[in-house]
Amino acid sequence: MSSNIYNEILTEHNIRPEFKYDMEDADIVLEGVNPSCGDNIWLKLKLDGDVIADGSFIGTGCAISQASADIMLGMIIGKKKDEALQMAELFMKMIKGEATDEEIDSLEEASALKDIAHMPARVKCAVLGWRTLKEAIDNSL
Amino acid sequence: MDMDYRQDFPLIASERTIYIDNAATAQRPQCVIDAEMDFYMNHNANPLRGTYPLSIEATDVYENARKTVKNFINADSLAEVIFTRNTSESINLVAYSYGLSKIEEGDEVVVSIMEHHSNMLPWQMAARQKKAVLKYLYCEKDGSLDMNKVESLITDKTKLVAITQVSNVLGRVNDVKTIAEIAHKRGAVIVVDGAQSIPHMPVDVKELDVDFFAFSGHKLYGPMGIGVLYGKKELLEEMPPFLTGGEMIDSVTIDGAVYAELPHKFEAGTVNAAGAAGLDAAIRYVQSVGYDYMRERELAVTDRAVKGLLDIPHVHVIGSEKADEHTGIVTFTVDDVHPHDVSEVLISDGVSVRAGHHCAQPLLSYLGVNATTRASFMFYNTEKEVDAFLASVKTVRERLGYHE
Repeated sequence: MSSNIYNEILTEHNIRPEFKYDMEDADIVLEGVNPSCGDNIWLKLKLDGDVIADGSFIGTGCAISQASADIMLGMIIGKKKDEALQMAELFMKMIKGEATDEEIDSLEEASALKDIAHMPARVKCAVLGWRTLKEAIDNSL
Repeated sequence: MDMDYRQDFPLIASERTIYIDNAATAQRPQCVIDAEMDFYMNHNANPLRGTYPLSIEATDVYENARKTVKNFINADSLAEVIFTRNTSESINLVAYSYGLSKIEEGDEVVVSIMEHHSNMLPWQMAARQKKAVLKYLYCEKDGSLDMNKVESLITDKTKLVAITQVSNVLGRVNDVKTIAEIAHKRGAVIVVDGAQSIPHMPVDVKELDVDFFAFSGHKLYGPMGIGVLYGKKELLEEMPPFLTGGEMIDSVTIDGAVYAELPHKFEAGTVNAAGAAGLDAAIRYVQSVGYDYMRERELAVTDRAVKGLLDIPHVHVIGSEKADEHTGIVTFTVDDVHPHDVSEVLISDGVSVRAGHHCAQPLLSYLGVNATTRASFMFYNTEKEVDAFLASVKTVRERLGYHE
């Protein structure tokens, strides 16, 4: 039970997202749905060989899902697909409360969501973007 | 308020949380918990079948609960009171049994847009299966019903009208007595969802002249897993069983069965006797406190909540701006903030509220909102609790990073 989850990093990414816009020429488009509340995002990725050259998302959702998706895109753009998958795995590990402090630090801004580990009702919101990313990359491999 | 009543409810007395999600389920007074436990400790046997004293005792507990319900809602006879699991099961019983046997191709079924999914999906199912026409009765934007619209929507082709007495989102009371009159004039029957009404107001099924009335025990301070379907005897008698099997037959051969008399025809399988005992205790509890007192208290806290919310910038109350048109249910939105974030802030301040679509997605899309936050009050809630709730709501936008 903590409201600290709404820290400045999270609220900033929610109110002024950098990557929330429609991308018309995306190579990969995938919808992710949070079944517990019906919120959804559309994740859009542009690829340059193995590298995620650009990405964006659109959709509606709570601050946690929106900020988490925005933070994620900032981290994965310019990275190789398998690097992005590794980050996704690490993020899931953090949300499950299983990551070491070192691992959490390596998640940079996404570590702002580490307290979700103590908020089971909000886990699905936090992982919506990452789960959709994993599915999108898996489908493309 | 007379704070003693709070002591009747262990979870309320514990002050563990400010519980204002009562429209989802109420808290139970100790007497209900005791009644359920007493059944298992002192009277437990399978009711209705055994001939030994313990089974007869169990039967008495169960059937006494039926008497209490019958008197509580002023039904004509015990045959009209069927125990189910909850409101959803009660309505499904009517949809599968009455709906599928009486509704025919081309008939019309009228359902209000403000229904909980449990009084909407069964009618979508019945209409689809019987190729009947499903017509929606739309409320005004403030949640009220225009009786002229009701009058013109219900036609001679209408077989059934399904409507809630109190919306679980708007809290507004629908005049089901007048709607029943209109339905009957056209030869239709009316099915009323009473899940949100009976916890707050006396219900007299004869006075309302409704054909079916469904409610849940757990919203009326009773246990989960026990609900009631009231139906007019002449209708129930003509209806086929909903579920078949144990304890609902007179005799069975390899070719078929003679079904038991009402109400047992609709109570297949071993019944929830302990739940019925708990519901019996809950109804007696409600009667001992009295609806007058409960309504007075509920109105006082609801009024404080509605007025308080209307005073907070960027907060919008769904439905009426008058507290007496909310039946303790206050649904609201906060500009730019998702309801799950609103509720998260409230939760962190120790307030238990509900966020989401409240199982009424068609109503919310009709009202033009995605999801909302809902506070719902019972007589045991206090002004102090409302103030803590309001104080928390006031901080929501700031805590989400919106600096005015």
